Amino acid sequence: MNAPVKPSNLIKGATGDWEMVIGLEVHAQVTSNAKLFSGASTAFGGDPNSHVSLVDAAMPGMLPVINEECVRQAVRTGLGLNAQINLRSVFDRKNYFYPDLPQGYQISQYKSPIVGEGEVVVDLADGTSFVVGIERLHLEQDAGKSLHEQHADMSAIDLNRSGVALMEIVSKPDMRSSEQAKAYVTKLRTILRYLATCDGDMEKGSLRADVNVSVRRPGEPFGTRCEIKNVNSIRFIGQAIEHEARRQIEILEDGGSIDQQTRLFDPDKGETRAMRSKEEAHDYRYFPDPDLLPLEFSQSFVDALKTDLPELPDQKKARFIADLGLTPYDAAVLVNEHESANFYESVLAGLANARRDGKVAANWVINELFGRLNKEGLSIAASPVSAPQLAAIIDLIGEGTISGKIAKDLFEIVWTEGGDPRVLVEARGMKQVTDMGAIEKAVEDIVAANPDKVAQVRAKPQMIGWFVGQVMKASGGKVNPQAVNDLLKTKLGL
Amino acid sequence: MTDLTSLTLAEARDGLAGKSFTALELADAHLAAMERARVLNAYVLETPEQARAMARQADGRIAKGEGGPLNGLPLGVKDLFATEGTRTTACSRILDDFKPPYESTVTSQLFTRDGAVMLGKLNNDEFAMGSSNETSCFGPVLNPWRRQASDAKLVPGGSSGGSASAVAAGLCLGATATDTGGSIRQPAAFTGTVGIKPTYGRCSRWGIVAFASSLDQAGPIARTVRDAAILLRSMAGHDPKDTTSVDRAVPDYEAVVGKSVKGMKIGLPREYRLDGMPAEIEKLWSQGADWLKAAGAELVEVSLPHTKYALPAYYIVAPAEASSNLARYDGVRYGARAAGNNIVEMYENTRAIGFGAEVRRRIMIGTYVLSAGYYDAYYLRAQKVRTLIKKDFEDCYAAGVDAILTPATPSAAFGIGEKAGSDPIEMYLNDIFTVTANMAGLPGISVPAGKDAQGLPLGLQLIGRPFDEETLLSLGAIIEQATGRFKPEVWW
Repeated sequence: MNAPVKPSNLIKGATGDWEMVIGLEVHAQVTSNAKLFSGASTAFGGDPNSHVSLVDAAMPGMLPVINEECVRQAVRTGLGLNAQINLRSVFDRKNYFYPDLPQGYQISQYKSPIVGEGEVVVDLADGTSFVVGIERLHLEQDAGKSLHEQHADMSAIDLNRSGVALMEIVSKPDMRSSEQAKAYVTKLRTILRYLATCDGDMEKGSLRADVNVSVRRPGEPFGTRCEIKNVNSIRFIGQAIEHEARRQIEILEDGGSIDQQTRLFDPDKGETRAMRSKEEAHDYRYFPDPDLLPLEFSQSFVDALKTDLPELPDQKKARFIADLGLTPYDAAVLVNEHESANFYESVLAGLANARRDGKVAANWVINELFGRLNKEGLSIAASPVSAPQLAAIIDLIGEGTISGKIAKDLFEIVWTEGGDPRVLVEARGMKQVTDMGAIEKAVEDIVAANPDKVAQVRAKPQMIGWFVGQVMKASGGKVNPQAVNDLLKTKLGL
Repeated sequence: MTDLTSLTLAEARDGLAGKSFTALELADAHLAAMERARVLNAYVLETPEQARAMARQADGRIAKGEGGPLNGLPLGVKDLFATEGTRTTACSRILDDFKPPYESTVTSQLFTRDGAVMLGKLNNDEFAMGSSNETSCFGPVLNPWRRQASDAKLVPGGSSGGSASAVAAGLCLGATATDTGGSIRQPAAFTGTVGIKPTYGRCSRWGIVAFASSLDQAGPIARTVRDAAILLRSMAGHDPKDTTSVDRAVPDYEAVVGKSVKGMKIGLPREYRLDGMPAEIEKLWSQGADWLKAAGAELVEVSLPHTKYALPAYYIVAPAEASSNLARYDGVRYGARAAGNNIVEMYENTRAIGFGAEVRRRIMIGTYVLSAGYYDAYYLRAQKVRTLIKKDFEDCYAAGVDAILTPATPSAAFGIGEKAGSDPIEMYLNDIFTVTANMAGLPGISVPAGKDAQGLPLGLQLIGRPFDEETLLSLGAIIEQATGRFKPEVWW
């Protein structure tokens, strides 16, 4: 299943085809109240330097103390990535000078990360899926922020983010197109949101990616890679990869070679530019942080977290398909966003017979509700139709009280006016006609009024749809189309 | 009334309890002594007002029949300990006028919890890097001891030179100190005082300016073994803010002073018998062994085969950690800042004027040994050596040895400037007998045991099992009893 060389993934160069090789280092901010090694708040958007402890400011003699919740979150994430959990890991110091790095080193995990190898199954838009290997996940501190706009010739430092816990999730170089890379990050974000270990909010910087890109002739060994730092949206990840791959191909086709570089993506210009070369790379002088003992926990600690793990998107998708008969595509649409899945499951919970009507409910949620929300630019949280309201509409269809057509009218009323669907159906006389005598009368009237069509339908039985439509129209949509169909067949002798 | 500054801590404690004098009188006597002894340069900051205020509070507690175990006892604090609102510099220019908004765990236990009185901040080698207290930005400390018929100025040892000098000269009843490679035990030996470096993890490091995190440990310097025991009890204890501190009950150390050592097995490591060891050191060592034997202990020769690698390995591990620990002194948030045209220049200028030569040397050594391509050859190998050194001791203790007896230093105190020349190794060799305890994380005590031919004090060291400070104090008390106490003559 490992990303096959697909012709559609290859890039045509002047001298033949090229293949991209992409690996990602995703930095995900751990959802926790306090920072990785201090009790300071992680709340977003406070006044500058309002969430800074003595430890975060690296005052003399201050010592880090591990926040256990961050450890639990990292283990949960590792379990969600089907990864090896390391019962012993080590925090190292990564040494470099930067004004927003108060300690002069970042506490990270270098040789012994908390999470080892795992994998993520990624679904593509065409319904296929592939696996991206996870190399490792480690915990580390975020840095502060330098602000350059406050003063003409000085910079200001905001340490609110300093010391916030990040998970660096390193993939294997398993992606072969920008689409695959985008799909991977999307899937990763979905998993993190299901686990509630990272809010995945890229606008707030909760999720950023360093993108490693190289190109090669299909089948050849990996080329020299460049790393594009700190790309902060999925769209930009795609753009950065496309630009970078083409830049590298141009160089190679001109007979040049790729310098291993760290590059920056400029979203305004849509291009990457060199930040520093391999020679200029920092020597981080990693060594185990002597202020922190190795991080050790038991298998039972991991097992307890595993037991409490929520259902993850892949499991949920499989359940929707197996138990409710959803198509893989619909199931994928519903599980991709945790909020969508939650809404759909709330609808299911409100149904009288979820097993029977689950598939219908999926259609309604995806097509009617999400379609409408999309059109109006609304989020699920802002939906005028609630899950219980939608469940009631679907129940009304399922029990034969209203037809699908009437249901759409009812949906419209609930969307614009609100109200209890059952009450609305009663009050506005939208109930489906179940009186067979009345249906029979309507059928007979239509048959009698259209002798020419009767002749045609006998020659061409598919024409029956026209009769059904006429009857439905005459009854204002309130008759059961299946009953009409059956009755017509008898009357017309089909 | 007797001179209050010549009392031991225990005597002063009893005097306060018996209302022979007040805490304020005790503080004032010491403040006056400090004023007279400024030539020693032991204190880098005297805090008389604070001391008197604390003493008055202590007297108030005595009047109400309250007060902790150190109530009203005046102490000095090594300038490596953060003291809230009181300038803390680690004797480095780079911290400038830094006044921490926090109090170290150890000093808050001494002063806030147990009622002691702070007299001021004591001189030390810059960032505790040195063995003579000559690297301090406040200038060298003088040893109150002088050679017979000589007025040559001698070093008090280091890095806790201010602590040792002040305790020996009667400028406080006891002092806090720290020991990374011998910084408590060597100055104690040079000044005829008692210094104990407890097991790594026994005292919290929170709020102590870090030198080498895996080696640094706080401990007291005092005039007697009993005083050291009293102070250690107040300094030790688990601190959730330091995850390397150990959650283990703190024993009543004082109770073991005077306890019999009969049947204890004392190891004499043959590797500590260095080539060219002065005869008087050798004599001191065997004298110490005889005293312990006379007290009923059994003496055995032991081997600590990796001893010779301890000092070189120490001078890799300690600078490596220091190079990283001192990265935070960058001129951005606190302390000194020297302007520059850009951030890198600002860093360079700040650190160039802020750090002294020895600190700069160790930062460079540390940076080098951690750098890509050298890490395995230096740092990693030094850590392996450390494991072997630890194992040497473990093997000894597993064979039934209760403590190990060694000289504390290879010589008595030397002259100011004598070893501060071009070859730093000469200075580093001062720690030859003491670094092993830091490398292995073990407790070590230095106790006065005699004088050299010129009348300077010499000390013996005892190294114990992890968290067995009690055995060291019992044995130290035997040596102390046999040696008798001695004080320097006042010349200042």
